[in-house]
Amino acid sequence: MATVPVAAGPPQLSTRDRWAQWARSLVVPWYNALLTACCLAVLLPGGWAVGVWAVRWARWDVVGANLRLFAVGTYPPAQAWRPLVALVLSVALAAFTGWALRRRQRRALWVAVALWLAWPAAVLGLVAPVRTSLWGGLLVTVLLSAGGIVLSFPLGVLLALGRRSRLGLVRVVCTAYIELVRGVPLVSVLFMAQLLLPLFVPGMRPDKLLRALVGITAFTAAYIAENVRGGLQGVPLGQYEAAYALGLSPAQALALVVLPQALRAVLPSIAGQFISLLKDTSLVAIMGILDLLGVARSVLAHPRWLGRQAEVYLFVGAVYWLLTYSLSRASRRLERPELHGRVE
Amino acid sequence: MGAQALFALLLVLAGGLLYANLVRSLRALGLTLQFEFLSHPAGFGIAEGPAYQPGDSYARAFWVGVVNTVRVAAWGIVGATVLGTVVGVARLSSNRLVARLAVLYVESVRNVPLLLQLLFWYTAVFLNLPPVREARAWLGAIYFTQRGVYLPALRWTQAGPALEVPQLVGFNFQGGIRLSPEFAALLLGLTVYTGAFIAEVVRGAVQSVPRGQWEAAQALGLTYGQTLRKVILPQALRIIVPPLISQYLNLTKNSSLAIAVGYPDLFNVGHTILNQTGQSVPVFVLIMASYLAMSLFVSALLNLYNRRIRLVER
Repeated sequence: MATVPVAAGPPQLSTRDRWAQWARSLVVPWYNALLTACCLAVLLPGGWAVGVWAVRWARWDVVGANLRLFAVGTYPPAQAWRPLVALVLSVALAAFTGWALRRRQRRALWVAVALWLAWPAAVLGLVAPVRTSLWGGLLVTVLLSAGGIVLSFPLGVLLALGRRSRLGLVRVVCTAYIELVRGVPLVSVLFMAQLLLPLFVPGMRPDKLLRALVGITAFTAAYIAENVRGGLQGVPLGQYEAAYALGLSPAQALALVVLPQALRAVLPSIAGQFISLLKDTSLVAIMGILDLLGVARSVLAHPRWLGRQAEVYLFVGAVYWLLTYSLSRASRRLERPELHGRVE
Repeated sequence: MGAQALFALLLVLAGGLLYANLVRSLRALGLTLQFEFLSHPAGFGIAEGPAYQPGDSYARAFWVGVVNTVRVAAWGIVGATVLGTVVGVARLSSNRLVARLAVLYVESVRNVPLLLQLLFWYTAVFLNLPPVREARAWLGAIYFTQRGVYLPALRWTQAGPALEVPQLVGFNFQGGIRLSPEFAALLLGLTVYTGAFIAEVVRGAVQSVPRGQWEAAQALGLTYGQTLRKVILPQALRIIVPPLISQYLNLTKNSSLAIAVGYPDLFNVGHTILNQTGQSVPVFVLIMASYLAMSLFVSALLNLYNRRIRLVER
């Protein structure tokens, strides 16, 4: 895709001038005035109606009364410190990673990567003592999406390498897997994981949540593989040649020269994948798993909260929005050019 | 060669193990890996779609599901393209209010799960519409009711085309086209959601046309509309098509969320068949094959188009 040369920006304006320009754009030229009028004609009555509904008719007590359910489901209150500790640890780890990235601390970055790889096991160890059937709400949403992305990442890298392998059979199998998974909807993969997984491993009865995680991982890996493939294609051929000229073996060249560059380039798209996964995990609600959306549906099924669909869905939607919007704002930082220089 | 043989061996071993396990589990359930159950009578009703009786075969029921998926996906693609183009261009409007509103729409819709939006449209909007007898006419001919949306239909009569407006007769509407609440909610949800993504595609493509093109067109005395139509869009289209293909495919795949609102698309019907017969493996093979076929068809079609507009350019 052709890149556009960045044009020199307009001269800096004072705040007042900018507001004046803003206001001017509403009425000049004439068709902008017409557009503004049309927008206001729809916006004002619509906004008024929604506002009146939200203040006068909506009964928001359904949100306050069920906050705990939305957060952790039916996780026993006495054990609530477990997810809380996991949350604090995750935030600390994220902050540490961000610091390492910003300060270009290579060694700290490796520590962070190692910690992220150990992260699912640690969190699982923390929250697992409570039966999974009691887990719910935001806890399940976050666990499924974070667990899904961490587990599918290595799988996706392997698939991407396999798709570019010189071995024909490996290439065919990996390509077939990637294209098959990307060609079908996530719901079908999730249902397959729920219904077929127990058939493939007789004797075991994998936990419902685990089956969902397997489905999510299998699905996301195919998409990550395509992202990583794009990154691999972006590494110039000269890098391979230079690595070989230095006497590195193919495996060393891949691990030490090519993959670090490719993965750094795909970091933003992996972040995008994580964000869409965060939304997509809501599909497990169809399978009867009580994630954030599943909890919303079960609250609505309670006779006491009948007819509160708009309130509950708007609230849950706002939670999802806050999560994904802040994550996408944060991930935009990953695209900053200084992160793509050498990390030293 | 050795590595390849090892890989093949591992693949065969793993595949064989899984297959053996599968057959053993299925036998324990009294099932086989055969498709002949498809000719048995389905025995369940399907609310909408092409002609179908509960006495018809499972195969026929599945076909009804396929047609329903195509129907909602096709209309969704049309709607999302129109909406996305309008919003994408609106984001670039010199009218700051219009541009802000477009941003507001895109950012609020893109960051909320589609399933949640569908449930919202279905349970909070379409099921809360007024009953048929209290429905108000919009633009004189469109009725939003609990039983669905009634639209005027264009019919060919002997006197030429005529608009058939739905009329309240007794307890129900007659004439026109009825969209069930399930279909309407799914269509609206898919359109609004995918429209936001398409808006971003359109905006990115228009912005990727160099500024010089705008300036050159204006220097030639073309109006804004002419510039857009004759200079910018032809160039932007080439950039739009590949991401647009993937948005269309996403919409088609996302239509499988119909199961959450009870619209009988192919996944929903397949799921019902699966529940009735227990034939999970064959039904999943059918479902996956249908989606794959649709994906391949849509991408083949659009790749063809893509090649054509590329040829025109050179």
